[in-house]
Amino acid sequence: MNGDSGSAATPTKNPTTAERTSDRELVVTRTINAPARLVFEAWTKPELLQQWWTPKSFGIVFVSCEADVRTGGTYRFVFSHPSCNEPMAFFGRYVEVTPPSRLVWTNEEAGDAGSVTTVTFEERGGKTHIVMRDLYPSKDALDAAIASGATSGCGEQLDQLEQLLATRPSKA
Amino acid sequence: MVHKANARLDASFAALSDPTRRGVLLQLGRADASITDLATKFHMTLTGMKKHVGVLERAGLVTTEKVGRVRTCKLGPRRLEDERAWIESYRLLWDARFDALEQVVQGLKRKEEME
Repeated sequence: MNGDSGSAATPTKNPTTAERTSDRELVVTRTINAPARLVFEAWTKPELLQQWWTPKSFGIVFVSCEADVRTGGTYRFVFSHPSCNEPMAFFGRYVEVTPPSRLVWTNEEAGDAGSVTTVTFEERGGKTHIVMRDLYPSKDALDAAIASGATSGCGEQLDQLEQLLATRPSKA
Repeated sequence: MVHKANARLDASFAALSDPTRRGVLLQLGRADASITDLATKFHMTLTGMKKHVGVLERAGLVTTEKVGRVRTCKLGPRRLEDERAWIESYRLLWDARFDALEQVVQGLKRKEEME
């Protein structure tokens, strides 16, 4: 929890992009106004990760967060969401942990259809460009993930659309 | 933020901007229905309901099929899990996450500067 001391830490907001780059891959990018080692630290220390991984506006709350962030280590995140009766668990294994430039982990909650996520942190002029690639085992696996509406882990597609409509900038 | 205009998504949003049309989608999510059924359910004239269904149909959210004298409506091939809409909601999730990450990282930066 960051104290709401009214400090405007980010003068300009950097855009986030998301794109399906192939049959099997989704790519999300963003630049953060800080050196890579700090971004990496916030990504790999569970007590810091918990402060940003579940944005309040999405109504997701951490129930527990375990992450042994080293090559071969495992993680298990459990969330709750008002539209889910049961908490949702996300888990997998860190395939590669290379500070401060690269993280690779598996997403095993979906079994064999789970993706492998590769995040790279590239520092440029004191800022860090993040590229996150989610590679699915097949086109069908990615199609299925999309069809299940599983952004937040529970398949309430209408909720998701409502949310989209609610958060869409009015002067778009 | 200016994102690439997306005519398809815009058509979906326009179609979804009306509460009756959202209600129709919810209804069709439960079961297919004829225009007459829908008009009755939403206390509307047949003509009024035809208009709403037409908007949903053009947005690809609903398909209709005439069998005999009855026009049956069902969720369209794009349904609600339309890929672009999903990717946009995924982007919004990560955008919110990254905003929060930025805050956390700025906190670390300030702490470092103070030490």
